[in-house]
Amino acid sequence: MKEKFITIHSTCVPLEIENIDTDQIIPARFLKATDKIGFGKNLFADWRYQSNGEENKDFILNNPAYKGAILLAGKNFGCGSSREHAAWAIAGYGFRVVISSYFADIFRNNALNNSILPIIVSEDDLSMLFDKVKSNPATQLQIDLPSQTVTLSDNSWSCSFEINPYKKECLLKGYDDIDFALSNRLLIEEWEKKA
Amino acid sequence: MNTLFDKIWDKHIIHSIENGPTQLYIDRHYCHEVTSPQAFEGLRMRGLKVFRPEKTICTPDHNIPTINQELPIADPVSRQQVDTLTSNANAFGLTLYPLGHELNGIIHVMGPENGYTLPGMTIVCGDSHTSTHGAFGAVAFGIGTSEVEMVLASQTILQPKPLKMRITVNGELAPNVTAKDLVLYIISQVGTGGATGYFIEFAGEAIRKLNMEERMTVCNMSIEMGARGGLIAPDETTIAYLKDKPFAPKNSEWDKSVAYWQTLKSDDNAVFDKELAFEASDIEPMITYGTNPGMGIGISQSIPSIDQIDETSKVSFLKSLDYMGFTPDQSLLGKPVDYVFLGSCTNGRLEDFRAFASYIKGKKKSENLTVWLVPGSQKVLKQIQQEGIDKILTEAGFELRQPGCSACLAMNDDKVPAGKYALSTSNRNFEGRQGPGARTLLCGPLVAAAAAVHGVITDPRSV
Repeated sequence: MKEKFITIHSTCVPLEIENIDTDQIIPARFLKATDKIGFGKNLFADWRYQSNGEENKDFILNNPAYKGAILLAGKNFGCGSSREHAAWAIAGYGFRVVISSYFADIFRNNALNNSILPIIVSEDDLSMLFDKVKSNPATQLQIDLPSQTVTLSDNSWSCSFEINPYKKECLLKGYDDIDFALSNRLLIEEWEKKA
Repeated sequence: MNTLFDKIWDKHIIHSIENGPTQLYIDRHYCHEVTSPQAFEGLRMRGLKVFRPEKTICTPDHNIPTINQELPIADPVSRQQVDTLTSNANAFGLTLYPLGHELNGIIHVMGPENGYTLPGMTIVCGDSHTSTHGAFGAVAFGIGTSEVEMVLASQTILQPKPLKMRITVNGELAPNVTAKDLVLYIISQVGTGGATGYFIEFAGEAIRKLNMEERMTVCNMSIEMGARGGLIAPDETTIAYLKDKPFAPKNSEWDKSVAYWQTLKSDDNAVFDKELAFEASDIEPMITYGTNPGMGIGISQSIPSIDQIDETSKVSFLKSLDYMGFTPDQSLLGKPVDYVFLGSCTNGRLEDFRAFASYIKGKKKSENLTVWLVPGSQKVLKQIQQEGIDKILTEAGFELRQPGCSACLAMNDDKVPAGKYALSTSNRNFEGRQGPGARTLLCGPLVAAAAAVHGVITDPRSV
C-alpha cells in the first residue's frame, strides 16, 4: 500500500526552465544505490551545489523565499533517461505535485507510480502561474484530486486537469499496478496458451 | 487498416481497462544493474518469484569500467551494484552474461546481435534507449523501476496506448552522411519533446536502404524527440541479419517465424495521428551545439540567432549556450575539441568502427585530445579484431577500450572534466551527462573521426 493522495494546499517552487531532463533531476553518478532512499538530497545536484559542495545561492531551491510541496517547471519536464530515481529524488525532497505544460512519457508513469501527481496546464496558465509565484512567493495553490482541480487560493483562477480514472483511483486509494497485474494471472496464462 | 504498431500492440493485450491503461504481455525483458535492484527487492518484499524467468536477459553495462575488466571493480559502490545484479539473477533463476563473458555488452547491442530481439515482439527494459530494438519491427520501450518489478512479477505491463506518428524519409542519403546524421536531423526538426506521446514508424526509401545497425541507430534516438519508441517494418534486410543468430528460431521454427514476420507492416490505408516527411538530400553531417539533442545543425551551418528562437524558449536557449560557452550565430567548424568518444548503444557497433576506421586510415591521431573508442559488446570487439580494424586504429595512434556504456553517461571513470569539449557519438548532450560541467557535442562516427585526426571540429567531407 502506497501513500494516499487526496488534496494538497501549498506554496510552490518556480523552476522556469524548459526541457528539464532526468540527468538534471538526478545526475547519473548518484544512481549507484540499490535502495530507494536518500535521493532527495541530490535532487538537481549540479544546479543546487557548487563543485566544492557548497550551495549555489542563485538556484531556486536554495532561495528561502520559495518552499512547498508543488514544483512548477517549464515544458517537457522529465525528458531523457527512464531512471525512476528522478521520481524518488522529487518525492524524497518533499514535492508531491509537479505542474508543467507537458511531461515526458516515462517520467509521467514513474511519477504516478510514486504518488507524485503530474499536472498538465496550458502554456498560458503555466506562464501566469510563474508570474504570480515569482512576484509573490507566498502564493498558494489548492490541488484537489477527487474533483481534478487546481485553484489559486485567492480564488482568482482555477482549472481542471486530466488524469485517467484508473490512475486516479490508484492514487486516491494507495493501490499499485502490481496488485492489479497479478489479479489477472489467469488471463495472462490463457494468453500464453494461445500465443 | 491498422498500423504495424497497432498490430503488435493489439496482439499482446491481456486486458484493457476502460478509460485507463492496457495490460500488455511482454515477450522480452532486458535487465541491467542500475535500474533493477529496487525491483528485485520489491519482489522479495511481496514474497514473489519471477513469473517467466526465461524471458528476462541480464547483463551489467552502465556502471562497469572499460579497462582492466579482469580485475575486481575498484569503486566499491559500483562493484556492489554489479554484484547485486549477479546475486539477483542467480536467486531468481535468470540468464546473466556477466562482465568478461563473451556475450557481455551494452544490453541494446548484445540483445539484437544474439537474436534475442525479434520482429513482432513486445520488449521492455529499465532504460529509455530500449527504443533501439524497434529497428527489427518490435514494439520496444523504456520503463521505470516500478514497471520493471511489474514485468518481473507478471510478464505484463500497464501502459496507456500512445498515438501513432509516421516519419517518412524520401530519397537517398549523400555519401559521408550517416544514420546518426539522419536521426539528429529529424530530431532538430521535430524538437526534443516534439514526439512526446507518440510511437513512431520510420519509413521511406532512405530508411529501407539502411542496414540493421544503422536502423538501430535511428530507432535508438526516437526517445530523444520524446517518442515512446520508434520502429521500422521488418524486410529482407531484417531477415538476413537474423538468420543463424544464436538465439533466433531454427529450422521449421525459422520458416514459420519468417512467414509471420513478412506480414508485419502497416496496411496501405493505415491512419497515423501525425505524418511527417523529410528529404534525405537535405541532410548533411550533423552536430549539436546545445544541451538537448534537438539543438542540432548541419556542420556547415551556424548556431541559430536569437531572433530565430520562440519568445518562451529564449531564456532556456541562452542558458544552454552559456553552459556550452557558445554564442548565437557562431560556426563550430575549426573549434578545438578536448575529447572524442566513439561508442554507446547508439554508435558502438561494427559499422560505426568501420566508418571511423575508414576516415582515420593512413592518418594520425591529433595529440591535442583524448579519444575513447569503446566497442558496444565483446562480440563487436571480436569483429573489430577479426576485420583488422584494430590494427588500423593502432597504426593511427588510437587504443581500443573494453565494452560498456562508458562516457555516454559517465557512471564509471570515463568522465569528461568540467568545461572540456567532447565530440560524442552517444545520444545525449544534457548538462553534466558526460561528467559534471562537461560540454558535449553529439555527432556521427565520421565527424568524430575527423575531429580525432585534426583536433578541431572538421567537416568529414572536406578533408
